[in-house]
Amino acid sequence: MKKLLEIKNLSAGYDDNVVLENVSMEVYSGDFIGLIGPNGGGKTTLIKTILGLIKPISGELILHISKTNIGYLPQVNQIDKRFPITVIDVVRSGKADSALFSSFRKNTEEKEKAESLLAEMGISAIRNKPIGELSGGQMQRVFLCRALMNEPELLVLDEPSTYVDNNFEGELYLKLKELNEQMAILLISHDVGTISFFVKTIACVNRNLHYHPSNIISEEQLASYNCPLQIITHGNIPHTVLKLHDEHDHHEHTH
Amino acid sequence: MNILIELFTYDFFVNAFLASLLAAISCGIIGTYIVSRRIVFISGGITHASFGGIGMGYYLGINPLVGAGIFSILSGMGIQLFSSKGKVREDSSIAIWWSLGMAIGIIFVYLTPGYAPNLMSYLFGSILTVSTGELWLMLALAVIIILFFTFFYRTILYISFDEDFAKTSDLPVNLFNYLLMILISLTIVLNIRVVGIILILSLLTIPQATANVLTREFGRMMVYSVGFAFLASFIGLLISYSADIPSGATIIFTQVLLFGLVKLIKMLSSSRK
Repeated sequence: MKKLLEIKNLSAGYDDNVVLENVSMEVYSGDFIGLIGPNGGGKTTLIKTILGLIKPISGELILHISKTNIGYLPQVNQIDKRFPITVIDVVRSGKADSALFSSFRKNTEEKEKAESLLAEMGISAIRNKPIGELSGGQMQRVFLCRALMNEPELLVLDEPSTYVDNNFEGELYLKLKELNEQMAILLISHDVGTISFFVKTIACVNRNLHYHPSNIISEEQLASYNCPLQIITHGNIPHTVLKLHDEHDHHEHTH
Repeated sequence: MNILIELFTYDFFVNAFLASLLAAISCGIIGTYIVSRRIVFISGGITHASFGGIGMGYYLGINPLVGAGIFSILSGMGIQLFSSKGKVREDSSIAIWWSLGMAIGIIFVYLTPGYAPNLMSYLFGSILTVSTGELWLMLALAVIIILFFTFFYRTILYISFDEDFAKTSDLPVNLFNYLLMILISLTIVLNIRVVGIILILSLLTIPQATANVLTREFGRMMVYSVGFAFLASFIGLLISYSADIPSGATIIFTQVLLFGLVKLIKMLSSSRK
Protein backbone atom coordinates (compact mmCIF):
# COMPACT_ATOMS: atom_id res chain seq x y z
CA MET A 1 0.00 0.00 0.00
CA LYS A 2 1.26 3.39 -0.97
CA LYS A 3 1.23 6.16 1.57
CA LEU A 4 -0.53 9.15 -0.03
CA LEU A 5 -0.24 11.73 2.72
CA GLU A 6 0.56 12.17 6.37
CA ILE A 7 -0.44 14.74 8.89
CA LYS A 8 1.71 15.19 11.98
CA ASN A 9 0.60 17.08 15.12
CA LEU A 10 -1.29 19.53 12.99
CA SER A 11 -3.18 22.51 14.36
CA ALA A 12 -5.25 24.66 12.04
CA GLY A 13 -8.01 27.24 12.10
CA TYR A 14 -9.09 30.69 11.03
CA ASP A 15 -7.40 33.80 12.38
CA ASP A 16 -7.06 33.32 16.13
CA ASN A 17 -9.67 30.62 16.26
CA VAL A 18 -8.05 27.19 16.52
CA VAL A 19 -10.43 24.59 15.12
CA LEU A 20 -8.12 21.58 14.95
CA GLU A 21 -5.56 20.80 17.58
CA ASN A 22 -2.69 18.36 17.41
CA VAL A 23 -4.18 16.10 14.78
CA SER A 24 -2.24 13.23 13.26
CA MET A 25 -3.38 10.98 10.45
CA GLU A 26 -2.16 8.96 7.48
CA VAL A 27 -3.95 8.13 4.28
CA TYR A 28 -2.98 5.13 2.13
CA SER A 29 -4.04 4.05 -1.32
CA GLY A 30 -7.14 1.91 -1.07
CA ASP A 31 -8.42 3.75 2.00
CA PHE A 32 -12.07 4.71 2.25
CA ILE A 33 -12.29 6.93 5.31
CA GLY A 34 -15.49 8.47 6.60
CA LEU A 35 -14.91 11.71 8.48
CA ILE A 36 -17.64 12.30 11.00
CA GLY A 37 -18.10 14.78 13.79
CA PRO A 38 -20.33 17.61 14.99
CA ASN A 39 -20.84 20.84 13.04
CA GLY A 40 -17.93 23.15 13.68
CA GLY A 41 -15.82 20.21 14.80
CA GLY A 42 -13.23 20.82 12.09
CA LYS A 43 -14.03 18.29 9.34
CA THR A 44 -13.98 20.86 6.55
CA THR A 45 -10.97 22.62 8.07
CA LEU A 46 -9.09 19.32 7.99
CA ILE A 47 -9.71 18.68 4.32
CA LYS A 48 -9.09 22.30 3.37
CA THR A 49 -5.72 21.99 5.09
CA ILE A 50 -5.00 18.82 3.14
CA LEU A 51 -5.91 20.64 -0.08
CA GLY A 52 -3.60 23.52 0.79
CA LEU A 53 -6.43 26.05 1.09
CA ILE A 54 -5.63 26.72 4.75
CA LYS A 55 -2.11 27.03 6.07
CA PRO A 56 -1.53 25.02 9.24
CA ILE A 57 -0.83 27.01 12.42
CA SER A 58 1.61 24.35 13.53
CA GLY A 59 2.48 20.79 12.67
CA GLU A 60 3.13 19.22 9.32
CA LEU A 61 1.29 18.11 6.22
CA ILE A 62 3.32 15.88 3.93
CA LEU A 63 1.89 15.02 0.52
CA HIS A 64 3.40 12.04 -1.25
CA ILE A 65 1.33 12.76 -4.33
CA SER A 66 1.03 15.97 -6.33
CA LYS A 67 -1.62 18.43 -5.26
CA THR A 68 -3.35 18.15 -8.62
CA ASN A 69 -3.67 14.43 -7.98
CA ILE A 70 -6.29 15.09 -5.32
CA GLY A 71 -9.86 15.32 -6.60
CA TYR A 72 -12.06 17.68 -4.62
CA LEU A 73 -15.82 17.97 -4.30
CA PRO A 74 -16.63 20.99 -2.14
CA GLN A 75 -19.78 21.61 -0.15
CA VAL A 76 -22.51 22.57 -2.57
CA ASN A 77 -23.39 25.74 -0.66
CA GLN A 78 -19.91 27.09 -1.43
CA ILE A 79 -20.84 27.23 -5.11
CA ASP A 80 -22.49 30.27 -6.71
CA LYS A 81 -25.37 28.58 -8.49
CA ARG A 82 -26.22 31.67 -10.55
CA PHE A 83 -22.76 31.87 -12.07
CA PRO A 84 -23.01 31.85 -15.88
CA ILE A 85 -21.31 28.55 -16.61
CA THR A 86 -22.47 25.37 -18.33
CA VAL A 87 -22.15 21.80 -17.09
CA ILE A 88 -19.48 20.82 -19.61
CA ASP A 89 -17.30 23.80 -18.62
CA VAL A 90 -17.63 22.97 -14.92
CA VAL A 91 -16.46 19.43 -15.63
CA ARG A 92 -13.60 20.60 -17.83
CA SER A 93 -12.46 22.95 -15.07
CA GLY A 94 -11.40 19.79 -13.23
CA LYS A 95 -8.42 19.74 -15.53
CA ALA A 96 -7.66 23.33 -14.72
CA ASP A 97 -3.88 22.93 -14.81
CA SER A 98 -4.19 22.77 -18.59
CA ALA A 99 -6.36 25.89 -18.70
CA LEU A 100 -3.55 28.41 -19.23
CA PHE A 101 -3.34 29.18 -22.94
CA SER A 102 -5.97 26.53 -23.66
CA SER A 103 -7.65 28.93 -26.09
CA PHE A 104 -5.09 28.00 -28.72
CA ARG A 105 -5.09 24.25 -28.34
CA LYS A 106 -7.57 21.65 -29.44
CA ASN A 107 -7.82 20.01 -26.00
CA THR A 108 -9.33 16.95 -27.66
CA GLU A 109 -8.25 14.56 -24.93
CA GLU A 110 -9.62 16.77 -22.20
CA LYS A 111 -12.97 17.18 -23.98
CA GLU A 112 -13.27 13.44 -24.54
CA LYS A 113 -12.49 12.75 -20.90
CA ALA A 114 -15.19 15.19 -19.80
CA GLU A 115 -17.74 13.66 -22.18
CA SER A 116 -16.97 10.13 -21.04
CA LEU A 117 -17.36 11.10 -17.37
CA LEU A 118 -20.70 12.76 -18.11
CA ALA A 119 -21.79 9.60 -19.91
CA GLU A 120 -20.61 7.43 -17.04
CA MET A 121 -22.74 9.44 -14.59
CA GLY A 122 -25.67 9.39 -17.01
CA ILE A 123 -25.87 13.15 -17.39
CA SER A 124 -24.72 13.68 -20.99
CA ALA A 125 -28.10 15.15 -21.83
CA ILE A 126 -27.55 18.16 -19.60
CA ARG A 127 -24.05 18.96 -20.85
CA ASN A 128 -24.97 22.43 -22.14
CA LYS A 129 -27.28 23.45 -19.32
CA PRO A 130 -26.29 26.31 -17.03
CA ILE A 131 -25.61 24.93 -13.57
CA GLY A 132 -28.36 27.08 -12.10
CA GLU A 133 -30.97 24.87 -13.75
CA LEU A 134 -29.80 21.60 -12.21
CA SER A 135 -31.38 19.58 -9.43
CA GLY A 136 -29.38 18.82 -6.30
CA GLY A 137 -28.53 15.32 -7.50
CA GLN A 138 -27.46 16.49 -10.96
CA MET A 139 -25.30 19.16 -9.38
CA GLN A 140 -23.47 16.63 -7.21
CA ARG A 141 -22.92 14.37 -10.23
CA VAL A 142 -21.42 17.30 -12.14
CA PHE A 143 -19.07 18.13 -9.29
CA LEU A 144 -18.11 14.49 -8.95
CA CYS A 145 -17.21 14.47 -12.67
CA ARG A 146 -15.11 17.58 -12.15
CA ALA A 147 -13.31 15.96 -9.21
CA LEU A 148 -12.53 12.91 -11.36
CA MET A 149 -11.18 14.80 -14.40
CA ASN A 150 -7.57 14.47 -13.27
CA GLU A 151 -7.90 10.75 -12.52
CA PRO A 152 -6.94 11.47 -8.91
CA GLU A 153 -5.23 9.09 -6.53
CA LEU A 154 -7.18 10.59 -3.66
CA LEU A 155 -10.78 11.79 -3.83
CA VAL A 156 -11.92 14.22 -1.15
CA LEU A 157 -15.65 14.85 -0.76
CA ASP A 158 -17.31 17.35 1.55
CA GLU A 159 -20.92 16.38 2.28
CA PRO A 160 -21.76 15.06 -1.20
CA SER A 161 -25.20 13.91 -0.07
CA THR A 162 -26.68 17.27 0.88
CA TYR A 163 -29.62 18.46 -1.23
CA VAL A 164 -29.94 15.12 -2.99
CA ASP A 165 -32.84 12.72 -2.95
CA ASN A 166 -32.56 9.36 -1.22
CA ASN A 167 -32.34 7.48 -4.50
CA PHE A 168 -29.31 9.35 -5.65
CA GLU A 169 -27.71 9.14 -2.24
CA GLY A 170 -27.68 5.36 -2.45
CA GLU A 171 -26.46 5.49 -6.04
CA LEU A 172 -23.70 7.92 -5.10
CA TYR A 173 -22.33 5.71 -2.35
CA LEU A 174 -22.36 2.67 -4.62
CA LYS A 175 -20.45 4.71 -7.20
CA LEU A 176 -17.93 5.73 -4.57
CA LYS A 177 -17.46 2.12 -3.54
CA GLU A 178 -16.69 1.31 -7.18
CA LEU A 179 -14.29 4.28 -7.48
CA ASN A 180 -12.54 3.13 -4.32
CA GLU A 181 -11.06 0.25 -6.31
CA GLN A 182 -8.96 2.82 -8.18
CA MET A 183 -8.44 5.57 -5.64
CA ALA A 184 -8.45 6.38 -1.95
CA ILE A 185 -11.48 8.29 -0.69
CA LEU A 186 -11.89 10.73 2.15
CA LEU A 187 -15.57 11.44 2.74
CA ILE A 188 -17.13 13.96 5.09
CA SER A 189 -20.64 13.22 6.15
CA HIS A 190 -23.06 14.27 8.84
CA ASP A 191 -24.88 11.01 8.34
CA VAL A 192 -22.84 8.45 10.21
CA GLY A 193 -25.53 5.79 9.86
CA THR A 194 -25.43 5.72 6.08
CA ILE A 195 -21.73 6.16 5.47
CA SER A 196 -20.66 3.48 7.93
CA PHE A 197 -22.30 1.02 5.53
CA PHE A 198 -19.86 1.98 2.77
CA VAL A 199 -16.64 3.25 4.27
CA LYS A 200 -13.84 1.00 5.48
CA THR A 201 -12.74 3.12 8.42
CA ILE A 202 -14.11 6.04 10.39
CA ALA A 203 -12.33 9.07 11.77
CA CYS A 204 -14.09 11.27 14.25
CA VAL A 205 -13.15 14.94 14.13
CA ASN A 206 -14.04 17.18 17.03
CA ARG A 207 -11.13 19.54 17.59
CA ASN A 208 -9.07 16.37 17.95
CA LEU A 209 -9.11 13.37 15.68
CA HIS A 210 -9.86 9.81 16.68
CA TYR A 211 -9.19 7.20 14.10
CA HIS A 212 -11.43 4.17 14.32
CA PRO A 213 -10.04 1.21 12.41
CA SER A 214 -13.36 -0.23 11.28
CA ASN A 215 -16.69 0.96 9.94
CA ILE A 216 -18.72 -0.12 12.91
CA ILE A 217 -18.73 2.25 15.75
CA SER A 218 -20.77 2.19 18.93
CA GLU A 219 -22.35 5.01 20.81
CA GLU A 220 -20.05 4.36 23.73
CA GLN A 221 -17.02 4.66 21.49
CA LEU A 222 -18.36 7.87 20.04
CA ALA A 223 -18.89 9.18 23.54
CA SER A 224 -15.40 8.22 24.60
CA TYR A 225 -14.04 9.96 21.49
CA ASN A 226 -15.90 13.03 22.68
CA CYS A 227 -17.74 13.09 19.37
CA PRO A 228 -21.32 14.23 19.95
CA LEU A 229 -23.43 13.48 16.90
CA GLN A 230 -26.99 13.74 15.82
CA ILE A 231 -27.89 10.51 14.18
CA ILE A 232 -30.83 10.30 11.84
CA THR A 233 -31.76 7.04 10.22
CA HIS A 234 -33.76 7.00 7.03
CA GLY A 235 -36.29 4.60 5.62
CA ASN A 236 -34.96 2.96 2.50
CA ILE A 237 -31.28 3.76 2.35
CA PRO A 238 -29.11 0.86 3.39
CA HIS A 239 -27.45 1.82 6.62
CA THR A 240 -25.88 0.31 9.65
CA VAL A 241 -27.40 1.55 12.79
CA LEU A 242 -24.71 2.13 15.28
CA LYS A 243 -25.79 -0.34 17.81
CA LEU A 244 -29.12 -1.95 18.27
CA HIS A 245 -31.57 0.23 20.04
CA ASP A 246 -35.34 0.43 19.85
CA GLU A 247 -36.00 1.43 16.27
CA HIS A 248 -38.39 3.88 14.77
CA ASP A 249 -38.17 4.90 11.19
CA HIS A 250 -37.19 8.44 11.80
CA HIS A 251 -35.63 9.31 15.08
CA GLU A 252 -32.93 11.40 16.44
CA HIS A 253 -30.57 11.01 19.34
CA THR A 254 -28.45 13.62 20.87
CA HIS A 255 -25.61 12.42 22.95
CA MET B 1 -31.13 58.89 -42.48
CA ASN B 2 -29.55 61.93 -44.11
CA ILE B 3 -29.27 63.57 -40.73
CA LEU B 4 -27.38 60.53 -39.49
CA ILE B 5 -24.93 60.69 -42.39
CA GLU B 6 -24.55 64.39 -41.82
CA LEU B 7 -23.74 63.77 -38.16
CA PHE B 8 -20.82 61.57 -39.15
CA THR B 9 -19.24 64.48 -41.00
CA TYR B 10 -18.66 66.17 -37.64
CA ASP B 11 -15.41 65.17 -35.95
CA PHE B 12 -16.86 65.42 -32.46
CA PHE B 13 -19.64 63.05 -33.42
CA VAL B 14 -17.28 60.49 -34.98
CA ASN B 15 -15.22 60.65 -31.79
CA ALA B 16 -18.31 60.14 -29.66
CA PHE B 17 -19.36 57.20 -31.84
CA LEU B 18 -15.93 55.57 -31.50
CA ALA B 19 -15.94 56.27 -27.75
CA SER B 20 -19.24 54.48 -27.33
CA LEU B 21 -17.95 51.51 -29.33
CA LEU B 22 -14.70 51.25 -27.34
CA ALA B 23 -16.50 51.79 -24.04
CA ALA B 24 -18.90 49.00 -24.95
CA ILE B 25 -16.00 46.61 -25.59
CA SER B 26 -14.12 47.25 -22.36
CA CYS B 27 -17.19 47.63 -20.14
CA GLY B 28 -19.02 44.71 -21.74
CA ILE B 29 -16.19 42.27 -21.08
CA ILE B 30 -14.95 43.58 -17.72
CA GLY B 31 -18.53 44.08 -16.53
CA THR B 32 -19.37 40.44 -17.24
CA TYR B 33 -16.45 39.44 -15.04
CA ILE B 34 -17.54 41.86 -12.30
CA VAL B 35 -21.18 40.76 -12.33
CA SER B 36 -20.41 37.04 -12.52
CA ARG B 37 -18.00 37.28 -9.65
CA ARG B 38 -20.35 39.49 -7.63
CA ILE B 39 -17.81 42.26 -7.11
CA VAL B 40 -20.07 45.09 -8.25
CA PHE B 41 -19.81 46.83 -4.89
CA ILE B 42 -15.99 46.70 -4.96
CA SER B 43 -16.11 48.24 -8.42
CA GLY B 44 -18.38 51.00 -7.12
CA GLY B 45 -15.86 51.69 -4.37
CA ILE B 46 -12.98 51.90 -6.84
CA THR B 47 -14.97 54.20 -9.12
CA HIS B 48 -15.80 56.71 -6.45
CA ALA B 49 -12.37 56.54 -4.83
CA SER B 50 -10.91 57.64 -8.16
CA PHE B 51 -12.46 61.07 -7.62
CA GLY B 52 -9.69 61.65 -5.08
CA GLY B 53 -7.20 61.37 -7.93
CA ILE B 54 -9.20 63.76 -10.10
CA GLY B 55 -9.13 66.38 -7.32
CA MET B 56 -5.40 65.88 -6.84
CA GLY B 57 -4.84 66.12 -10.58
CA TYR B 58 -6.50 69.55 -10.59
CA TYR B 59 -4.52 70.70 -7.57
CA LEU B 60 -1.15 69.50 -8.90
CA GLY B 61 -1.88 70.58 -12.46
CA ILE B 62 -1.55 67.10 -13.98
CA ASN B 63 -4.14 65.28 -16.12
CA PRO B 64 -6.96 64.38 -13.70
CA LEU B 65 -7.33 60.98 -15.40
CA VAL B 66 -3.76 60.07 -14.43
CA GLY B 67 -4.60 60.88 -10.82
CA ALA B 68 -7.81 58.89 -11.12
CA GLY B 69 -5.86 55.90 -12.46
CA ILE B 70 -3.46 55.93 -9.54
CA PHE B 71 -6.26 56.32 -7.01
CA SER B 72 -8.42 53.59 -8.46
CA ILE B 73 -5.62 51.02 -8.53
CA LEU B 74 -4.53 51.95 -5.00
CA SER B 75 -8.08 51.75 -3.68
CA GLY B 76 -8.58 48.37 -5.33
CA MET B 77 -5.51 47.07 -3.53
CA GLY B 78 -6.46 48.93 -0.35
CA ILE B 79 -9.90 47.32 -0.18
CA GLN B 80 -8.34 43.86 -0.47
CA LEU B 81 -5.62 44.69 2.04
CA PHE B 82 -8.02 46.08 4.65
CA SER B 83 -10.32 43.11 4.50
CA SER B 84 -7.69 40.36 4.27
CA LYS B 85 -4.98 41.68 6.60
CA GLY B 86 -6.73 44.35 8.63
CA LYS B 87 -9.71 42.15 9.49
CA VAL B 88 -12.15 44.86 8.44
CA ARG B 89 -15.39 43.46 7.01
CA GLU B 90 -15.19 43.68 3.24
CA ASP B 91 -18.26 45.87 2.73
CA SER B 92 -17.07 48.27 5.43
CA SER B 93 -13.62 48.33 3.84
CA ILE B 94 -15.21 49.26 0.50
CA ALA B 95 -17.24 52.06 2.11
CA ILE B 96 -14.13 53.48 3.79
CA TRP B 97 -12.19 53.72 0.51
CA TRP B 98 -15.25 54.90 -1.41
CA SER B 99 -15.86 57.87 0.89
CA LEU B 100 -12.18 58.57 1.58
CA GLY B 101 -11.53 59.03 -2.15
CA MET B 102 -14.55 61.31 -2.56
CA ALA B 103 -13.50 63.36 0.48
CA ILE B 104 -9.93 63.82 -0.78
CA GLY B 105 -11.29 64.84 -4.18
CA ILE B 106 -13.64 67.45 -2.73
CA ILE B 107 -10.91 68.95 -0.52
CA PHE B 108 -8.41 69.26 -3.37
CA VAL B 109 -10.93 70.67 -5.82
CA TYR B 110 -11.76 73.28 -3.17
CA LEU B 111 -8.06 74.06 -2.59
CA THR B 112 -7.38 74.46 -6.32
CA PRO B 113 -7.21 78.18 -7.04
CA GLY B 114 -9.76 79.43 -9.55
CA TYR B 115 -12.29 77.40 -11.43
CA ALA B 116 -11.89 73.64 -11.99
CA PRO B 117 -12.64 73.20 -15.70
CA ASN B 118 -14.60 70.14 -16.85
CA LEU B 119 -15.32 69.03 -13.30
CA MET B 120 -18.90 68.23 -14.20
CA SER B 121 -17.77 66.13 -17.16
CA TYR B 122 -15.77 63.86 -14.83
CA LEU B 123 -18.75 63.45 -12.53
CA PHE B 124 -21.48 63.04 -15.12
CA GLY B 125 -19.58 62.24 -18.30
CA SER B 126 -19.45 64.06 -21.60
CA ILE B 127 -19.05 61.70 -24.51
CA LEU B 128 -19.29 64.54 -27.05
CA THR B 129 -16.07 66.10 -25.79
CA VAL B 130 -13.88 62.97 -25.70
CA SER B 131 -10.51 63.84 -27.22
CA THR B 132 -8.58 61.90 -29.85
CA GLY B 133 -5.83 61.18 -27.31
CA GLU B 134 -8.37 59.63 -24.96
CA LEU B 135 -9.73 57.56 -27.84
CA TRP B 136 -6.29 56.07 -28.49
CA LEU B 137 -6.03 55.09 -24.82
CA MET B 138 -9.49 53.54 -24.95
CA LEU B 139 -8.52 51.62 -28.07
CA ALA B 140 -5.35 50.32 -26.40
CA LEU B 141 -7.35 49.19 -23.38
CA ALA B 142 -9.99 47.48 -25.54
CA VAL B 143 -7.27 45.57 -27.41
CA ILE B 144 -5.52 44.55 -24.17
CA ILE B 145 -8.78 43.33 -22.66
CA ILE B 146 -9.78 41.36 -25.76
CA LEU B 147 -6.35 39.69 -25.92
CA PHE B 148 -6.23 38.97 -22.19
CA PHE B 149 -9.69 37.42 -22.08
CA THR B 150 -9.06 35.43 -25.27
CA PHE B 151 -5.68 34.07 -24.15
CA PHE B 152 -6.78 33.25 -20.62
CA TYR B 153 -10.50 32.63 -21.11
CA ARG B 154 -10.64 29.32 -19.25
CA THR B 155 -8.29 30.39 -16.49
CA ILE B 156 -10.43 33.46 -15.78
CA LEU B 157 -13.63 31.43 -16.00
CA TYR B 158 -12.42 28.73 -13.59
CA ILE B 159 -10.99 31.18 -11.05
CA SER B 160 -14.15 33.29 -11.12
CA PHE B 161 -16.46 30.31 -10.75
CA ASP B 162 -14.71 28.52 -7.90
CA GLU B 163 -11.61 30.19 -6.52
CA ASP B 164 -10.89 27.48 -3.95
CA PHE B 165 -11.06 24.72 -6.54
CA ALA B 166 -8.81 26.72 -8.87
CA LYS B 167 -6.28 26.98 -6.04
CA THR B 168 -6.31 23.21 -5.56
CA SER B 169 -5.52 22.87 -9.28
CA ASP B 170 -2.46 25.08 -8.89
CA LEU B 171 -3.78 27.90 -11.07
CA PRO B 172 -2.06 31.27 -10.36
CA VAL B 173 -5.18 32.58 -8.61
CA ASN B 174 -3.63 35.54 -6.78
CA LEU B 175 -1.76 36.77 -9.85
CA PHE B 176 -4.96 36.73 -11.90
CA ASN B 177 -7.01 38.43 -9.18
CA TYR B 178 -4.39 41.16 -9.13
CA LEU B 179 -4.23 41.57 -12.92
CA LEU B 180 -8.01 41.62 -13.24
CA MET B 181 -8.25 44.23 -10.48
CA ILE B 182 -5.87 46.45 -12.48
CA LEU B 183 -7.94 45.94 -15.64
CA ILE B 184 -11.10 46.86 -13.73
CA SER B 185 -9.43 50.05 -12.48
CA LEU B 186 -8.22 51.02 -15.95
CA THR B 187 -11.63 50.31 -17.47
CA ILE B 188 -13.29 52.52 -14.92
CA VAL B 189 -10.83 55.37 -15.35
CA LEU B 190 -10.83 55.40 -19.14
CA ASN B 191 -14.62 55.33 -19.28
CA ILE B 192 -15.12 58.13 -16.77
CA ARG B 193 -15.23 60.63 -19.65
CA VAL B 194 -18.00 58.67 -21.35
CA VAL B 195 -20.61 58.46 -18.62
CA GLY B 196 -18.93 59.93 -15.55
CA ILE B 197 -18.00 58.64 -12.10
CA ILE B 198 -21.54 58.70 -10.80
CA LEU B 199 -22.96 56.63 -13.67
CA ILE B 200 -20.15 54.32 -14.75
CA LEU B 201 -21.33 51.38 -12.68
CA SER B 202 -24.33 51.17 -14.98
CA LEU B 203 -22.16 50.41 -18.04
CA LEU B 204 -20.61 47.57 -16.05
CA THR B 205 -23.89 46.04 -14.90
CA ILE B 206 -26.96 46.89 -17.02
CA PRO B 207 -25.79 45.46 -20.39
CA GLN B 208 -24.72 42.36 -18.46
CA ALA B 209 -28.15 42.06 -16.85
CA THR B 210 -29.68 42.34 -20.31
CA ALA B 211 -27.30 39.71 -21.69
CA ASN B 212 -28.04 37.47 -18.71
CA VAL B 213 -31.70 37.39 -19.72
CA LEU B 214 -30.68 35.63 -22.92
CA THR B 215 -27.71 33.50 -21.89
CA ARG B 216 -26.13 31.90 -18.86
CA GLU B 217 -22.79 31.16 -20.42
CA PHE B 218 -19.78 33.32 -19.52
CA GLY B 219 -18.34 33.79 -23.03
CA ARG B 220 -21.66 34.51 -24.70
CA MET B 221 -22.59 36.89 -21.92
CA MET B 222 -19.48 38.93 -22.72
CA VAL B 223 -20.27 39.14 -26.41
CA TYR B 224 -23.94 40.02 -25.85
CA SER B 225 -22.98 42.59 -23.21
CA VAL B 226 -20.68 44.35 -25.65
CA GLY B 227 -23.51 44.37 -28.19
CA PHE B 228 -26.14 45.72 -25.82
CA ALA B 229 -23.75 48.29 -24.35
CA PHE B 230 -22.91 49.58 -27.82
CA LEU B 231 -26.51 49.61 -29.03
CA ALA B 232 -27.76 51.54 -26.02
CA SER B 233 -24.81 53.93 -26.01
CA PHE B 234 -25.29 54.79 -29.66
CA ILE B 235 -29.04 55.25 -29.40
CA GLY B 236 -28.55 57.25 -26.20
CA LEU B 237 -25.98 59.40 -27.95
CA LEU B 238 -28.39 60.17 -30.81
CA ILE B 239 -31.22 61.00 -28.44
CA SER B 240 -29.03 63.18 -26.27
CA TYR B 241 -27.74 65.05 -29.31
CA SER B 242 -31.11 65.66 -30.92
CA ALA B 243 -32.95 66.49 -27.69
CA ASP B 244 -29.97 68.43 -26.30
CA ILE B 245 -29.97 66.65 -22.93
CA PRO B 246 -26.93 65.29 -20.99
CA SER B 247 -25.33 62.35 -22.85
CA GLY B 248 -24.24 60.21 -19.86
CA ALA B 249 -27.66 60.19 -18.26
CA THR B 250 -29.40 59.56 -21.59
CA ILE B 251 -27.14 56.59 -22.33
CA ILE B 252 -27.91 55.04 -18.94
CA PHE B 253 -31.60 55.65 -19.43
CA THR B 254 -31.45 53.88 -22.80
CA GLN B 255 -29.57 50.96 -21.19
CA VAL B 256 -32.38 50.48 -18.69
CA LEU B 257 -35.06 50.77 -21.37
CA LEU B 258 -33.27 48.16 -23.46
CA PHE B 259 -33.05 45.87 -20.44
CA GLY B 260 -36.77 46.26 -19.79
CA LEU B 261 -37.58 45.61 -23.44
CA VAL B 262 -35.48 42.43 -23.67
CA LYS B 263 -36.85 41.17 -20.37
CA LEU B 264 -40.41 41.82 -21.53
CA ILE B 265 -39.89 40.04 -24.85
CA LYS B 266 -38.33 37.09 -23.06
CA MET B 267 -41.24 36.90 -20.60
CA LEU B 268 -43.83 37.07 -23.36
CA SER B 269 -42.08 34.47 -25.51
CA SER B 270 -41.59 32.03 -22.62
CA SER B 271 -45.19 32.40 -21.42
CA ARG B 272 -46.40 31.51 -24.92
CA LYS B 273 -44.58 28.17 -24.83
